[in-house]
Amino acid sequence: MAAGKELTPSEYIQEHLTFFSEPVAGGGGFWTLNIDSIVTSLLLGIIGIGFIWWVARGATSGVPSKRQAFVEVLIEFVDEQAKAIFLHGDRNRFVSPAALTVFVWVVLMNAMDLVPIDWLATPLHWLGLPAWRPVPTADVNTTFALSISVLVLSLYFAIAVKGVGGWIHEMFCAPFGSKPLLWPANFLFNCVEYISKTLSHSMRLFGNLYAGEILFLLLWMWAATGVVGAIFGFFLGLGWAIFHILIVLLQAYIFMMLTIVYISMAHEHH
Amino acid sequence: MNINLTLIAQALTFAAFIWFTVKFVWPFMLRAIEARQKIIADGLAAAERGNRSLELSARQADEVSRHARERAAEILVQAEKRAAQLVDEAKTAAKEEGNREKAAAKAEIEQEAARAREQLREQVAALAVAGAEKILRREVDARAHADLLESIKRQL
Repeated sequence: MAAGKELTPSEYIQEHLTFFSEPVAGGGGFWTLNIDSIVTSLLLGIIGIGFIWWVARGATSGVPSKRQAFVEVLIEFVDEQAKAIFLHGDRNRFVSPAALTVFVWVVLMNAMDLVPIDWLATPLHWLGLPAWRPVPTADVNTTFALSISVLVLSLYFAIAVKGVGGWIHEMFCAPFGSKPLLWPANFLFNCVEYISKTLSHSMRLFGNLYAGEILFLLLWMWAATGVVGAIFGFFLGLGWAIFHILIVLLQAYIFMMLTIVYISMAHEHH
Repeated sequence: MNINLTLIAQALTFAAFIWFTVKFVWPFMLRAIEARQKIIADGLAAAERGNRSLELSARQADEVSRHARERAAEILVQAEKRAAQLVDEAKTAAKEEGNREKAAAKAEIEQEAARAREQLREQVAALAVAGAEKILRREVDARAHADLLESIKRQL
């Protein structure tokens, strides 16, 4: 494409699934940064949260402008969810704003899937960038970053609420009971729970968005086969895009809800 | 699907965004929303108060007008009673006045009659004296019998 040569289907998909990665500190392997994921997510976060910040700064308690009303709807939507789940103190101190951040950021990152990929990638090729994946949430690094952050937060709150002793006691004495014979079972169970929560939290989001991305790529590939393919590709692409709006919002919503649930579970005493 | 340093970078970004939202976004918006909620709640409370005071004053107005109606009815009854009384008094006064005038008229009539009788008696006495004088002109000396004549006249 950019190089002007014909691409085979697998090359086309391969190209769009390649990250723009740069090794740092002279290392490869782990010591690599996916520039595209980082830059896109950073820009989207700044746009989304910056927009809300900009509106919030000028917020009036009188009759709100449409813009403010929109942000208020968003905030009250998130706060309603937090209110229903988080019953362990002042949710305004951390849980609700964190949930808002997660929701806004993930929605925007997911929504990048709706941007026609070649329209974005081709101009960037011209600018000399070798590859650019526009959907940060279709990068496991992003979703794991989010879910591990939530894990860290839940560990932090668990220890902050129950104390180190309380938390360790809970790790060994819940859920099966506090008999010494059951300690290994309890500990194992809790470790598996933490790991599986984190894994499922991130993989659910990643899988949905990755699948969406692949499906778009397949449709666009079909659209490149000729007039009939283009027509079918258009209609199926339209249908998938409309359906994908649901996935974009739903996955962001699920991610936010699980974030609230995990943090709120960390506050619970067993 | 290879894990690399991006994970750390994204986690830091995420932490920064959360910190920013917690610190600078949420409190502003929440303050505005809560202030509005308070204004609305106050407005509703004021409306409720207004409603209640309206009800109260309506009840008071009812009370006052009922009282006024009762008072008016009472005054009317009193006035009617008074009127009847006045009529009665006037009737009595008129009757008394009539009686008095009748009595006065009667007294006058009696007086008149007495006076007429007195005149009549004097005239009859004069006539009798005159008749006696005519009869006795010669024999009776008017001067000598003046006492006698006088006593006769007095007896008449």
